Amino acid sequence: MAEITKTPSLTWGENIKGQVSYYFPTIMIAVAFLALWEVAVRVLNIQQFLLPKPSDIAARFLEETQILLSGGSSLLYQAAGATLWSAFGGFVLGCGSGILLALITARWTIISEAAMPFAIAANSVPIIAFAPIMNNWFGLTNPASKMAIVAIIVFFPTMINTVRGLTLIDPRQLELMESYAASPFKTLFALRIPNALPYIFSALRVASSLSVIGAIVSEFFGGPRATLGVFITQAASGFDFDRAWSAILMAALIGIGFYLTVTIIERRVMPWHTSFRQTE
Amino acid sequence: MSEHVQNNTLVISAKGVNKIFGSGEDNQVVALQNINLDIHNGEFISLIGPSGCGKSTLLRLIADLLKPTTGELKINGKNPQQARLDRDYGMVFQAATLYDWRTVGKNVELPLEIMRYSASERKVRAQKMLEMVELGKFSNHYPWQLSGGMQQRVAIARALAFEPALLLMDEPFGALDEFTRERMNMELLRIWQTTKTTVIFVTHSIPEAIFLSTRVVVMSPRPGRITAVVDTDLPYPRVFETRESPRFFEKVNQVRELLRDAHEE
Ligand SMILES: Nc1ncnc2c1ncn2[C@@H]1O[C@H](COP(=O)(O)OP(=O)(O)OP(=O)(O)O)[C@@H](O)[C@H]1O
Ligand SMILES: [Mg+2]
Repeated sequence: MAEITKTPSLTWGENIKGQVSYYFPTIMIAVAFLALWEVAVRVLNIQQFLLPKPSDIAARFLEETQILLSGGSSLLYQAAGATLWSAFGGFVLGCGSGILLALITARWTIISEAAMPFAIAANSVPIIAFAPIMNNWFGLTNPASKMAIVAIIVFFPTMINTVRGLTLIDPRQLELMESYAASPFKTLFALRIPNALPYIFSALRVASSLSVIGAIVSEFFGGPRATLGVFITQAASGFDFDRAWSAILMAALIGIGFYLTVTIIERRVMPWHTSFRQTE
Repeated sequence: MSEHVQNNTLVISAKGVNKIFGSGEDNQVVALQNINLDIHNGEFISLIGPSGCGKSTLLRLIADLLKPTTGELKINGKNPQQARLDRDYGMVFQAATLYDWRTVGKNVELPLEIMRYSASERKVRAQKMLEMVELGKFSNHYPWQLSGGMQQRVAIARALAFEPALLLMDEPFGALDEFTRERMNMELLRIWQTTKTTVIFVTHSIPEAIFLSTRVVVMSPRPGRITAVVDTDLPYPRVFETRESPRFFEKVNQVRELLRDAHEE
């Protein structure tokens, strides 16, 4: 009988070592990039308002972190919390309703087929243009105005992808269910939803980045002082560019963290998927 | 007719069944033309014929995954749809069609889940069927960790799991090596004899068809039709030596001639 390659169960130590060597080139590129940046600013004597040194940005960032850790109130971290809340709230609302609506409409193919062109058209509308309108509707300082923008931005790609995943199914796999005279309900849970998961997660990964972008850009149109968007505009207009850049760094960290969280959940939910198969 | 036919209850009755795919002069494919076939309870029928002669299509019609264009088809005296809803048959498809997101064991449990067997019953049955196809140790593996032949055996275990009285098998052993194939043949014969199922079996191998079947249905393409039905007339139980008997060779040659005729037409 054919032998099988067992999924290697790595210990933690081996795992981390493997990860480090896997990411080593990436880490080296990042280090080289930062070094080049630092050197370029020093050698070419670039003005702080054009481009601050990474070391200055990091110093500013650590300063704020120290304030937070010593129990003080750090505006940067307050802003980060508020923006994260808007992004996360909008993400949950938008993606949740996108998936839910896809599940409902996919049940009646006619409706979802009729709705798809609208969804695709709506998806190519720059939703962010509605930010001032939302500020009017919900109030400038109400996080709901940012959440609404984020929710609308992530809703369409999530819904479109979910509908695709629920309906683009190998006909042979559907035939199998038919041969068992499976109910539509059972087919939904045993076939359509698992088939849709890779589509849903690829939408959620895109949505995780979009939601942070959406939150910050809609804060540029105005909001409470303690939000990253307002923090950046105020610091920049006050010519405090180290401060602005420390907030940009924070935004980057939030975006990356959000994305990684979705990826980790994805791996847990669908360990079978092609992209996670060990190939060695 | 063979002595293994338990009684004369008709399991399949096809009268003048036609299946045409597509429409318009140019696009039309006559996949099956005027199929007349009666299959009785307990028979083991092989369908053999060149690629494209409509073997899979005939199985799909019986399974109610396709509707005949014209003609009458009855399964256990019912129309095919009713038979499907009553879960009268188990089918092994030409492609294994396992669900990637289920382990091997869970794939075999799928029909049992749909038919609402208890969790413990499902586990026991799935394990038993996997052992039968020599994959008892692979219950917790995912399909992609198995070879093509192993996947096909999982599909066989899945079809047998709920012990259907009618088994439709579309080239189930096509992806297996010669030795595994021979062992699977013996296992299938054992199951067939102990459970008294009716089997309709598609194969491209003449010796396999003769070795297993009570009758061999020879088909030819364009348009797909039945050109001959050969009674194998070999005693059961069939053993390794059956393959070496003069009678066996005689039958193999007879079917080979018939297939050649079908090709040369
Ligand atoms: N869904 C379909 N739509 C159109 N034509 C089809 C369809 N299914 C089968 N056919 C045609 O019907 C004919 C019979 O196909 P079928 O799959 O039944 O052949 P087969 O005997 O099983 O062949 P093989 O041995 O290669 O599996 C072929 O000409 C094929 O092109
Ligand atoms: Mg076929």
